[in-house]
Amino acid sequence: MSAIRPLHLAVALDGPARYDADHYVGLARLAERGALDFVTLGDSFARPGLDALAVLSRIAPATERIGLVPTVTTTHTEPFHVSTAVATLDWVSRGRAGWTVDVSTTETEARLFGRRPAAPATDLWREAGDVADVARRLWDSWEDGAEIRDTATGRFIDRDKLHHVDFEGSAFSVRGPSIVPRPPQGHPVTVVDGTGTASREEAARHADVVLVRAGAPDKAAVIREDVRRRASAHGRDPEAIRVLVSLAVDLGEVEASPEPGLESRPELAAGGSYFSGGPVELADLITQWHQDGAVDGFHLVPLAPGRDLERIVNGTVALLQHRSLFRTFYPGGTLREHLGLARPANQYALAGGTS
Amino acid sequence: MTAVRKQMHLAAHFPGVNNTTVWADPRSKSQIDFSSFEHLARTAERGLFDFFFLAEGLRLREHNGRIHDLDVVGRPESLTVLSALAAVTERLGLAATVNATFNEPYELARRLASLDHLSGGRAAWNVVTSSDGFTGENFRRGGFLDRADRYTRAAEFVSVARALWDSWSPAGAARPFAHDGRHFAIEGEFTVPRSPQGHPVVIQAGDSDEGREFAASAADVIFTRHGTLEAGRAFYADVKGRLARYGRSPDGLKVMPGVTFVIGDSDAEAQERAAEIRRLQVSPQNAILALELIWGRDLSSYDPEGPLPDIDPDPDSALVQGRVKIADPFATAAKWRALSQAKGLSIRQTVIETTGRQSFIGSAQSVAAQMEEFVAEGAADGFILVPHLTPGGLDDFVEEVVPLLQERGAFRTEYSGATLRSHLGLAEPVWKG
Ligand SMILES: Cc1cc2nc3c(=O)[nH]c(=O)nc-3n(C[C@H](O)[C@H](O)[C@H](O)COP(=O)(O)O)c2cc1C
Repeated sequence: MSAIRPLHLAVALDGPARYDADHYVGLARLAERGALDFVTLGDSFARPGLDALAVLSRIAPATERIGLVPTVTTTHTEPFHVSTAVATLDWVSRGRAGWTVDVSTTETEARLFGRRPAAPATDLWREAGDVADVARRLWDSWEDGAEIRDTATGRFIDRDKLHHVDFEGSAFSVRGPSIVPRPPQGHPVTVVDGTGTASREEAARHADVVLVRAGAPDKAAVIREDVRRRASAHGRDPEAIRVLVSLAVDLGEVEASPEPGLESRPELAAGGSYFSGGPVELADLITQWHQDGAVDGFHLVPLAPGRDLERIVNGTVALLQHRSLFRTFYPGGTLREHLGLARPANQYALAGGTS
Repeated sequence: MTAVRKQMHLAAHFPGVNNTTVWADPRSKSQIDFSSFEHLARTAERGLFDFFFLAEGLRLREHNGRIHDLDVVGRPESLTVLSALAAVTERLGLAATVNATFNEPYELARRLASLDHLSGGRAAWNVVTSSDGFTGENFRRGGFLDRADRYTRAAEFVSVARALWDSWSPAGAARPFAHDGRHFAIEGEFTVPRSPQGHPVVIQAGDSDEGREFAASAADVIFTRHGTLEAGRAFYADVKGRLARYGRSPDGLKVMPGVTFVIGDSDAEAQERAAEIRRLQVSPQNAILALELIWGRDLSSYDPEGPLPDIDPDPDSALVQGRVKIADPFATAAKWRALSQAKGLSIRQTVIETTGRQSFIGSAQSVAAQMEEFVAEGAADGFILVPHLTPGGLDDFVEEVVPLLQERGAFRTEYSGATLRSHLGLAEPVWKG
């Protein structure tokens, strides 16, 4: 039997909209106490709440190790701004940034911008793939060490280490280079939900972390194999992809009444995974799925983070640590290090070209 | 009876990307690392400044088809940096320059409102337009808007943003909005409640007639380059005079020139230091570049210590990309030649002489006095200080000049409120639900 892969754990901070930073800082610090890989915060232009990337930037100086992964939609935004904002989250968190790439399919969202009508998910995911692609090119458009401060020649940068990206996609083009130097991780971690068919191909092409929603280990294993096969077809090393099951969890069985604002349970997509029970049972479920080798870890989506996160960290995670299935401290500083992913080589430095 | 002195407003410009940062100084650190932003912001807050200011540029300048390599370049994205700075400061206003040409109102209004919530009411937006289509090559929108359209778009942009910020009642009820105008046709529901200071503070920077009119109609603060007493007074009178047309009082728009400063133990020492800083800012390579900006020709074969070229400028040149074009290169070239001949100056000396922008030079005492005079003489309501060192360029000012301004009653001795609007003495916008 092959050695069991390291277990990765992430947790979503989503819940009823909150507009104060302290709420999110408190949750992220709690998750950091459990040495979790990263926290996520979902976003959409039509969801009540603050801009997720801004919230996680606000959290960055208030935490030290935990990865910070906001959802960033790519349908109505400028790819250039998206790439610089995610790169900046990596700079202000000193290498702890990721982003969950998503699309905006609804007419409601389209009308907030008035620039283009709603479009089919397959088209928007293709475009999202282009955004992920151009973001990586822009992150690479400054080679490491491009800033030289050479007093003898008066040159601040070595312009041979800066590159136009000259991206031409079907929906947009970007000339480059970026205005932001290459971020600490080289590439902040790209996360894509690969459950649906529309997004799976782009997940296989671009994602470092693929989220899947599946109700049973064998279903998750099938998606994982499919993602790995597609990634190989794109010339990627499947070992450099982490597949996490996104699991909605409700640890509130013992509660008499739900948290204010939580009148109904989150809607679960077809085939979605949902857990309801106590922290120990959750630890057992994670242990079981992980030992089956179905997945690399879990992205836990608590029904009420303000209530459930405490139970996850002090109950579930503590137990997994006790069983030596999960780390008790962060051996590294960056999100890539937590995930066991290498800092990517620069595509332009490899090509050795100048621009 | 002693008159109550008018107190000035102070802001700190982060000395990142530009050609005035003296990066060759051994004290000059990263313009990218968060620690640099944190240092300057904490210093500004220790000095009780109104706000911390970030400029914006969305394309690296190019020269002769190649990326320009002499200036400090490389900057993180402003709103993201400011969200992080909100965690390490408590009162300091946080101002981002964000282009109105290459953004969309719904998204930007949401990002600004988010920053206002995350900072407890300290956000500001410096609305700039863009001066060239070169920048457009990085965006979906592409291309370029001519000056008149840039400002009609900016004005419509700001009014849409204000409508979005007003779409929640102060009591916390969301209402649908709809806007159908020349540049934008949007509708829906804004996702962020009214922000802690009502609306983020709106700053304008841009000097044309259209720009000034836009500021008079829509801005809370105007960031200007008019840093001399005479030019400052004329500018101040001009923009304040435009406010009545919009039913606004002169106090509702604060005029804040961007100024540099050099402090020494004595006036003479400060002058010496200022000359040395100028020499470092205008390296031989930068002197030739400054000339090329006017001539529009490749002048790399000229000796920076020699005389100015006697060839004519090329008015249609595309040599330099990403900088504001000189309006009349022939007149400017003639003026520079006359100066150089009259004083016997080399290329580099001429550039040092003509592009010098050190506004306040002297001992801490005399810098404080000069600043106070500006405010007393009706040339400014306050200043955006542009240090030449990252990130320690404000240390001396806060340690030496701020206490003197406070002694004179010309600057606050504590923050009286929590929001940027309250620091600036600006009323919260009336809710127009
Ligand atoms: C003091 C000052 C600061 C400015 N800062 C910026 C900036 O950071 N980024 C930018 O793109 N434009 C900046 N601008 C440019 C203006 O917003 C505007 O686009 C330009 O001045 C052309 O408009 P105008 O013709 O009205 O002056 C600045 C202008 C002034 C006067």
